[in-house]
Amino acid sequence: MIKLTVNGKSYELDLPSDMPVLWVIRDRLGLTGTKYGCGVAQCGACTVHMDGEAIRSCVTPVSRAAGKSIVTIEGLEPSLSKPLQEAWTEIDVPQCGYCQSGQIMAAAILIRDQPQPTDNDIDNAMAGNICRCCTYLRIRQAIHLASRLKSSNAMLSAI
Amino acid sequence: MEGLNSIGRRQFIRNTTLAAGGLIIPFKITPRNKTKAGAPELFFRPNAYLRVGSDDTVTIVLSHCEMGQGIWTSLSMLIAEELDADWKSVKAEHAPAAVEFYHTIYATQRTGGSTSLLSEFDRYRKAGATARQLLVQAAANRYKADVKNCRTENGQVIVGENRIRYGELVEEAMRLPVPGEVKLKEPADWKLIGKKVKRLDTPDKINGKAIFGIDVQFPGLLTAMVARAPIPGAKVKSYDASATKSVAGVRQVVQVPSGIAVLADDFWAAKKGRDKLKVEWVPGDGEKIDSDNLLAELKQRADKGGIVNNTSGDPDAALKRAAKIVEVEYYQPFLAHAPMEPVNCTVRLSKDKCEIWTGTQTQTDDQRAASEITGLPIENVFINTVFLGGSFGRRNITRSDFVREGVEVAKASGKLVKTVWTREDDIQGGMYRPAFLHRFKVGLDANGEPVAWKQVSVGQSVMTGGPFEKVAVINGVDMFSIEGMHNAPFVKGIKDQRIELNTPVWPVTVDNWRAVGLSHTIFAMESLTDELAHAAGKDPVEYRRMLYKQEPRLLNVLNIAAEKSGWGKQLPKGQGMGVTVFEAVQSYVALITELSVTKEKGVRVEKVTCAIDCGLPINPDGIVAQTEGSIAFGLSAALYSEITFKKGRVQQKNFYNYPMLRMNEMPDIEVHVVQSTEKPGGVGESSVGQIMSSLTNAIFAATGKRIRSLPVIHHSTSLI
Amino acid sequence: MKKIRYAPASRVWITGTIVAAGIVFSPFAFPENAVQEPVNLAFTLADTIDRTKAQNSNEEKKRAAESKAAFADAYKVFMHPRCMNCHPSGDAPLQGDKSTIHTMNVQRGPDGKGLFAMKCKNCHQDANLEGEHLPPGIETWHLPTAQRPMVFQGKTPRQLAMGFKDSAFTGFKDIHRLVEHVETDHLVLHSFTYGTRPPLSHKDFVARVKEWIDKGAELPDK
Repeated sequence: MIKLTVNGKSYELDLPSDMPVLWVIRDRLGLTGTKYGCGVAQCGACTVHMDGEAIRSCVTPVSRAAGKSIVTIEGLEPSLSKPLQEAWTEIDVPQCGYCQSGQIMAAAILIRDQPQPTDNDIDNAMAGNICRCCTYLRIRQAIHLASRLKSSNAMLSAI
Repeated sequence: MEGLNSIGRRQFIRNTTLAAGGLIIPFKITPRNKTKAGAPELFFRPNAYLRVGSDDTVTIVLSHCEMGQGIWTSLSMLIAEELDADWKSVKAEHAPAAVEFYHTIYATQRTGGSTSLLSEFDRYRKAGATARQLLVQAAANRYKADVKNCRTENGQVIVGENRIRYGELVEEAMRLPVPGEVKLKEPADWKLIGKKVKRLDTPDKINGKAIFGIDVQFPGLLTAMVARAPIPGAKVKSYDASATKSVAGVRQVVQVPSGIAVLADDFWAAKKGRDKLKVEWVPGDGEKIDSDNLLAELKQRADKGGIVNNTSGDPDAALKRAAKIVEVEYYQPFLAHAPMEPVNCTVRLSKDKCEIWTGTQTQTDDQRAASEITGLPIENVFINTVFLGGSFGRRNITRSDFVREGVEVAKASGKLVKTVWTREDDIQGGMYRPAFLHRFKVGLDANGEPVAWKQVSVGQSVMTGGPFEKVAVINGVDMFSIEGMHNAPFVKGIKDQRIELNTPVWPVTVDNWRAVGLSHTIFAMESLTDELAHAAGKDPVEYRRMLYKQEPRLLNVLNIAAEKSGWGKQLPKGQGMGVTVFEAVQSYVALITELSVTKEKGVRVEKVTCAIDCGLPINPDGIVAQTEGSIAFGLSAALYSEITFKKGRVQQKNFYNYPMLRMNEMPDIEVHVVQSTEKPGGVGESSVGQIMSSLTNAIFAATGKRIRSLPVIHHSTSLI
Repeated sequence: MKKIRYAPASRVWITGTIVAAGIVFSPFAFPENAVQEPVNLAFTLADTIDRTKAQNSNEEKKRAAESKAAFADAYKVFMHPRCMNCHPSGDAPLQGDKSTIHTMNVQRGPDGKGLFAMKCKNCHQDANLEGEHLPPGIETWHLPTAQRPMVFQGKTPRQLAMGFKDSAFTGFKDIHRLVEHVETDHLVLHSFTYGTRPPLSHKDFVARVKEWIDKGAELPDK
């Protein structure tokens, strides 16, 4: 039995220890927002947060997640999801949309750690996520916008 | 020109319509007052394409599929425009497979050829106008007013002082007879068409809620993974599944025509089970495919020539008279589609019906395929189209390969099952853009104008064997193999010319890949044009102005791109600008690429300036998005992509050896959309081919080195 | 907010020269809270004096030659992709047997553990993954820090040996810590467990490093 927390909910699951976190959350927990794209940590479609880092769930064995806290696109905290989703909507980023959960989960770590990212920061944070529709320009714009929204949201909540 | 067979996509579309027996799709009225089981509200459904709910919701039923290109929004805009719907109440959904949803040109339900808006521009507007007219009538009846005194706005009918929500009129509108003819709005009255409208599918695509094929789930659903032929055409000789069956979670192993399917509780168990499967294959002819010999064979075939498509005058004599001769050939490799979501298909098969959930571009073909396999009547096969996680043609396959396989697995196993492809299956499982060689010998007159043209093109046919063979393959020439070449505006004007096509028949499965023929023909044509300009001693933009002086739409986009990009400006050493202008999918596109070539960073594309005239711009921001995407998609292929074979085996497996353009390599792209009132042209495939030659022309400008074979990465060491 | 200044690669050489002259002076700013280990001057100076004295001794010549030969062997391991890939000259790790720049624009980051959503451990697990092209891994997978990048790539044997004798380069108090590092560090040990292996076994590698130091840590000629 492996104990893990997903989006704040605790689970105790009987799983093979080498089963990647991706398939645990998709096939066992039914959370399909996190996507399969390559299975070998090349594309970033499977990005989720584990103890606050943007891990590639397709290569992370569930044994490593034992006792840890996983957050998926469905459970991203509002202080990050709100500015990102607002920005993604405003810029109309997605085309096919398949990679966007992973893009947003990666971007969330960026704007958390670097509230005002430069274009170079965006390259450094986001080059691990492939978008086959090539929405990269809009992702870049949306991250800049999200960082502005996040700081104004933070200011508002401080008032 | 007499004797010239100048079939382009526009002609192809005309031919297709004729092939369908001049079929005009009936504006069929399906039974009204159809309510969803258990749903309390009523629906007003004046035709197949929309329904208005008593809760004011307007649901647009899409005859085309959403794979990123934006029809979820743009087709909805057409109906909402004429309906005067409140955009906030508009929802979209994919249509089931049915004759009402046939493409108005292709006479089959299909999304492809960048023709969705062209197909639906009139039909969807008419559908919306019909609904509006009935709602107005219902309101007029209620208030005993003349319809002339009623108007509509934001999902309401306004009669004098009264504003009546559409939802309130549903019950009355349902009872009214549907009018035969309706009047459409004048363009001046459009409120949505031509405006920046936000995508309707964005909200669900950024919170994990959007359902793609791979996300379909049911209690008890098994996941199947198929061990397929490692070499094209190989057949199963025997297999041993004993180790597979010992994997926890594996439920069943069955043989299907495409290979051996492992069914398991989840993806991971299915994959582990398949990894342990031992299959002995009989390789067959496919083993002879080897990329080491490929180019040599293409060249040999070019030497032999092929079936003559264009012939006029005496090109050999004209070449002798020419002031200058340019003799070149261009090569492009096999390419895989690699959509982010690998293909998959969920099938629930019972005694009397077959239900399918998948992301597909070809619903009625899939329906027919499933009917054939199961023996069920067509009407008992239900196709539920879900979002497509990209496609680029992979799901517009003439043979419905992954749907057929899914149905076969369900049939052989008797299980409710989702057949899933891995990324390796996707890259290696072959439906490739064919490799192509285009060889030219062109004579120029003293002014630099082409006056003699000899061309041999060599490559596999994508249309042969598919549903469009009859209209696309004419006298043995697949018009998509030389798409945009034989009927290029300036080629048509050359008196002495001969264009031949040699079509090898190889076991490699080839099919539609974004922009189809244009994905390789534009690269050849526009690289050649650049070389002709160079031979003529003329500026590449000036030279094209001369070639296209009779082509106002091409000339216009060329001039816009040249102006906006600052064409002609002085650039430091190692930097260059390259141009391409070409018509694709009834749209006119000029691209100017600015790049640098350095030892440290290799080829670095800094900026692409694009001018596009795609006819009436229905959703301008959608056009910009698609253009950005198709430029970068083509750039990714031109820089990096190649599928190669070694003794029949594909050597690439995943993104580590079939790399994609990433964020840090993405150039700045500036798109200028021409305001036009012409019929809507295609956008999704409009710029894929142009970027390839624009790129290599810019590399030439920067380095003096002409790249005549793709991908560029193979030349990186020779550029510096 | 913490600001890190990335030290240029040449810093190592400037610092190295100054150390040899017996003066400790670092012209470059370090993070406020970074601990800079003291340089072991005693070792460097004593070594220099000893060597001068022994110039004419044949025995010493032999010893020096053996020291250099040992380093030459160890150098092949240091410069092997399994080791050098994480000691790159730039701020991006290398990968594969051809030591190409890591795809996906991966960056070192200040602590050597990557940046933002691109931390090493996001892909590299606590152990090697089985299967083609899956990332190798160990719990402590990382690069040297930005402050002390320990560049191997592009160094001649002499330059690398000089580096190992310079605590500003290694961050080790004295050169014997280097032996301990190559002998026991999990990441070093791990480099001998996957892909194309280095040309020496780990045991032989450690023995050659030890021999180089025991026999005077002689600088190779080139």
